[in-house]
Amino acid sequence: MTQLKRYFLLICILIYTALQSFGAAEAKQRFPKPEFANGYTQPNTTAPSPRFAFLEYFDVFMLLVVLSVTTWFVLKKRSRRGVFWMSVFSLLYFGFYREGCICSIGAIQNVVLALVDPTYAIPLTALLFFLLPLAFALFFGRTFCAGACPLGAIQDIIVLKPIELPKWIQKVLGLIPYLYLGLAVLYVATKSEFIICRYDPFVGLFRFDAPFDMLILGILFLAVGVFVARPYCRFFCPYGVLLGWMSKFSSRHMSITPAACIQCKLCSNSCPFGAIDEPVAETGKRRSNVNRLMTYFILLPLWIGIGGFAGSMVHVPLSKFNKTVYLADQIIEHPEVKNDPKNIDVRTFLGSGKSTEQLIQEAHDIQRQFYRGGWILGGFMGLIIGTSLINLSKFRRREDWEPNKTNCLSCARCMDYCPVKKEA
Amino acid sequence: MSDKITTKGMERRRFIRSSMQMALAVSLGGVAGYSLLKSTSKKMVWQIDPFKCVQCGRCATECVMTPSAVKCVHAYALCGYCDLCGGYLKPDPNARTTAAENQLCPTAAIKRQYIEEPYFEYVIDEKLCIGCAKCVAGCTSFGNGSLHLQIRHNECKNCNECAIARVCPAEAFQRVPYDTPYMIKGGFTKDSAAKTIEKKG
Repeated sequence: MTQLKRYFLLICILIYTALQSFGAAEAKQRFPKPEFANGYTQPNTTAPSPRFAFLEYFDVFMLLVVLSVTTWFVLKKRSRRGVFWMSVFSLLYFGFYREGCICSIGAIQNVVLALVDPTYAIPLTALLFFLLPLAFALFFGRTFCAGACPLGAIQDIIVLKPIELPKWIQKVLGLIPYLYLGLAVLYVATKSEFIICRYDPFVGLFRFDAPFDMLILGILFLAVGVFVARPYCRFFCPYGVLLGWMSKFSSRHMSITPAACIQCKLCSNSCPFGAIDEPVAETGKRRSNVNRLMTYFILLPLWIGIGGFAGSMVHVPLSKFNKTVYLADQIIEHPEVKNDPKNIDVRTFLGSGKSTEQLIQEAHDIQRQFYRGGWILGGFMGLIIGTSLINLSKFRRREDWEPNKTNCLSCARCMDYCPVKKEA
Repeated sequence: MSDKITTKGMERRRFIRSSMQMALAVSLGGVAGYSLLKSTSKKMVWQIDPFKCVQCGRCATECVMTPSAVKCVHAYALCGYCDLCGGYLKPDPNARTTAAENQLCPTAAIKRQYIEEPYFEYVIDEKLCIGCAKCVAGCTSFGNGSLHLQIRHNECKNCNECAIARVCPAEAFQRVPYDTPYMIKGGFTKDSAAKTIEKKG
């Protein structure tokens, strides 16, 4: 009986609401809130707050402290132990406590998005996370990698049996970070996605929670990292590229020996990252060497051109990772997806009232961006390959064992091997 | 002679190094300055616009957290307290009871409680909720739409780019300022959503 009453009420309300002009939002309510006779009070909808905002600034402060202390350990104390414990601290704080977000590596993408997207406001904390390690690297070398990066730290503590990879493998794998950086910038600039964050292999370990494939990737990196020291840092990290550029021209980079090198060669095997440059003397005829160097300089524009062209050729497959392009592509190539009730993206698009022409136009515009981006990315890679060749063929006479300022992670391992004592 | 050349070479190297350092410092400063113009001192967090949400179910599967940081929340002020609740009961239920076979929620996260004839109160147990939006779809199509999804900030890790936002078909995810972290229906309406967009533009 009561149910009948209820239904009658509902129908009345439906008719009433249908008759009402659709003005205020309240009038659209199908079933207005009942008036309760027994004094029922409705509960409140809770809204638990996010983490306190000032704690974000505390993170920046911690980063500054960790960077300063690590730099002090590397340059003044010359203490590997100090650097090691700083990296353990960073692993615990930025890694396991802060769960890997935000990190300087990912902050690249926030900065790029701020540069290209007028509607995006970059949080000051993200900007500082991007800038501080680079500013430190510009003066003191990559002390960020040594002590402040949780991704570096988790790899650094499991370097147990490092093997030395052949130089040519190191050089070739060393090109990947440039490509990764270029792709990351491309996908942010086209507002597609943040690939650095998506494929961060260790964030899942920090959170003890990740999709299965990413967990496998993280464990794989660690397993390889037992033998090939810090594989992510050396062969993938896109932020390492920027840090390397800064560090290469740093004014107070660490040195292996605190005073004059005595050429004892004790440090020559100490670096698990292959970042110690041995003394070199020029071999071969000077004239032919200079000729080769000039040839590579002349070839540089050619590399850039070839790279850019190759990049522009692959812009279509690259753009498929953008969801708008992918959706438009699906609808053009397989019109039957429009009738697929399980295809959520197509269903949502059809329900949105946007026309297919509009979608295709949007996808086309994005693809244009990928075309231009492909040229720039390819040209950039050509430039990198060209300059690597120049660097390989240029002789810079070196008499001592020196850290390679671009690749040196300032971990301070080599210092322990140096028998020279600091001059009083 | 060779000494002289070496010192000359060293001087040149030092000059190149310091000028490159200067150039890098200037470009870093340029990027910093330009981004600073567009920076905000406010912390930003992710939130779902319930009026854009299409209840596709990806919030349950795509979040980096298991279970998802997206939960169903209930705007009680909008609820009709229906006996025949589209969010609680399966379509064509055997009976309007709390029996498991009648419930739409796969984890039985909605508690149905009798208030008075013929009204029932529905409360979400967020510990059980996985954010699958089945109830939201039911409530939105058959009821008032008082059940809707929100990111719960006590669970959310506030990833740099939200993993669900990346695949949300309706682009319902957006970054919102820290001091207004929720878009709970009732207080938050379609009109206020339009207003914030206008302000932004």
